[in-house]
Amino acid sequence: MVFLEFEKPLEKLYEQLEKVKEVGDDGVVDMDATIQELEGRIKQTRRDIYSNLSGWQRVQLSRHPERPYTLYYIEQMCRKFVELHGDRYYGDDKAIVGGIGNMDGQTVVIIGHQKGVNTKMRQYRNFGMANPEGYRKALRLMKLAERFGFPVISLIDTPGAFPGIEAEERGQAEAIARNLFEMAQLRVPIVCAVIGEGASGGAIGIGLGDHVMMLENTWYSVISPESCSSILWRSWDYKEKAAEALKLTAEDMHSFGIVEEIVKEPHGGAHSAPDEMAKTLKRQLKKAIAAIQEKSVDQMIEDRINKYAAIGQVTHAK
Amino acid sequence: MGWFKRLKDGIQTATRNKKEAPEGLWYKCPRCSETVTRKELRENVYKCPNCNYHERIGSQEYFDLLFDGNFEEYEADMEAVDVLQFKDLKSYKDRLKAAKKKTGLSDAIRVARGKLNRRPLIVAAMDFGFIGGSMGSVVGEKIAFAIDEARKTRTPLLIISKTGGARMMEAAFSLMQMAKTSVKLSQLAKDGVPYFSLMTDPTTGGVTASYAMLGDINLAEPEALIAFAGPRVVKETIKKELPEGFQTSEFLLEHGFLDFIVDRAELTERLSDLLHLFESAHRPN
Repeated sequence: MVFLEFEKPLEKLYEQLEKVKEVGDDGVVDMDATIQELEGRIKQTRRDIYSNLSGWQRVQLSRHPERPYTLYYIEQMCRKFVELHGDRYYGDDKAIVGGIGNMDGQTVVIIGHQKGVNTKMRQYRNFGMANPEGYRKALRLMKLAERFGFPVISLIDTPGAFPGIEAEERGQAEAIARNLFEMAQLRVPIVCAVIGEGASGGAIGIGLGDHVMMLENTWYSVISPESCSSILWRSWDYKEKAAEALKLTAEDMHSFGIVEEIVKEPHGGAHSAPDEMAKTLKRQLKKAIAAIQEKSVDQMIEDRINKYAAIGQVTHAK
Repeated sequence: MGWFKRLKDGIQTATRNKKEAPEGLWYKCPRCSETVTRKELRENVYKCPNCNYHERIGSQEYFDLLFDGNFEEYEADMEAVDVLQFKDLKSYKDRLKAAKKKTGLSDAIRVARGKLNRRPLIVAAMDFGFIGGSMGSVVGEKIAFAIDEARKTRTPLLIISKTGGARMMEAAFSLMQMAKTSVKLSQLAKDGVPYFSLMTDPTTGGVTASYAMLGDINLAEPEALIAFAGPRVVKETIKKELPEGFQTSEFLLEHGFLDFIVDRAELTERLSDLLHLFESAHRPN
């Protein structure tokens, strides 16, 4: 088990529990009562910690190395899934995956950022930082969905679009802009879920939709707290402050009306019970798709455009 | 040793280049260090007469250049709101106040309607002087306004970008302006009203990754920095030197992201040609 800094009290309790169990296993002393008590304390401590998380702690949770990623959710949610590759122009990006699947009898197209599950895979997936061909693959699959009338599910989990030489050469900005432009008018439902990190243009590049939900311990903003700290505070040391200032949690985003829904995570975060998390996510995705499908296509697009057109607050000087 | 070298270099600097010029009278080119009067610079459409460096100019200069000073501005009094009560080393409120005082502007973009060589045009021009030309709710809302105006009156739209990207102090709201401007542009496109995007130095970040790259025609001034991630970020990421000319207008043209580069002296003429050619534009059936 990996414990985050703010989970230290939990780690201690788990260590105690291990020791007590060892003693109990020797069979000399009956430790059952102590074990029970410790387990109770673990539950309570976890509840205490998790019911009062700061912005920065949620950012840490969203990056937890054991957190489930897109392909895990796809595997759990779809009985059948065929992964599709390539943007048809340049290559196949590994940081954005996508394909066509069957979710309880309904064919859907699912796209999403994919992070690696171990050191080697993290590199292979470029840490979930997509190149232009990733955004173009996503668009190709969305267009495929449109052609055949399949709803689109987009799972967001990226520390940002990749800022490399080749990404710039191949038009990172154009690829993201094009997606926003095309997703605005896509004639099938688009449901998005932030399942981890929602960093800036790299996130919204596949994140424009009729219904956007955020898992409870995720974040979504224009910049990561670290980069924000380095630019505005001119030091990397103010990430906690930056995280608070950016108001980037699911709760904040929901209160601003920028996302439609917060999806509850199990106590201890999505990684503590990933299968349960996948079940909840699937249920909410299906519900959202069904609600959008009640509308006519033209109404759906009009509502989608009006929703984004209404975001932002301005005033007029007297 | 080094000392002497440096001293000599100092002496070799031409006297006229070294002289402190009183603000408002002289202009010293940041690239070739040639000094000319402000009047000469203005008469040369704010380009260095010696090396053709395109000085960064603001909305007023572009309106004057394109509309001959005869234009109607929209929503001039629209201002930003500090929704998040954002505070870093300074509060966003203070930053806004300081920017207004420094520039005399209300935010980083202005929208106007006028005529360019007798043909109507709506122009949204960004001001880099206002918090780095950053895109917050006001920029998004004014662009949305310009688009609605263009749709209503079937008038072509020109957006002149000059920006560091999204405005961090408006966090998610600024990010969402990428989506907002793009969905609005999709409506303009559906209506068959042309949109020209002019990228000037610099155009980076969330603006490049939304409306700047979505022109029916993408134009840029020469040697402008145009990027998604700025050169400093790219360099830090790859830990290598960047190739010569990386992320300039010429680089983007070569890689297929611009239709052409336009010298500021020819901007009016080239746009006039486009407006003429697009005059018969209509909503496709």
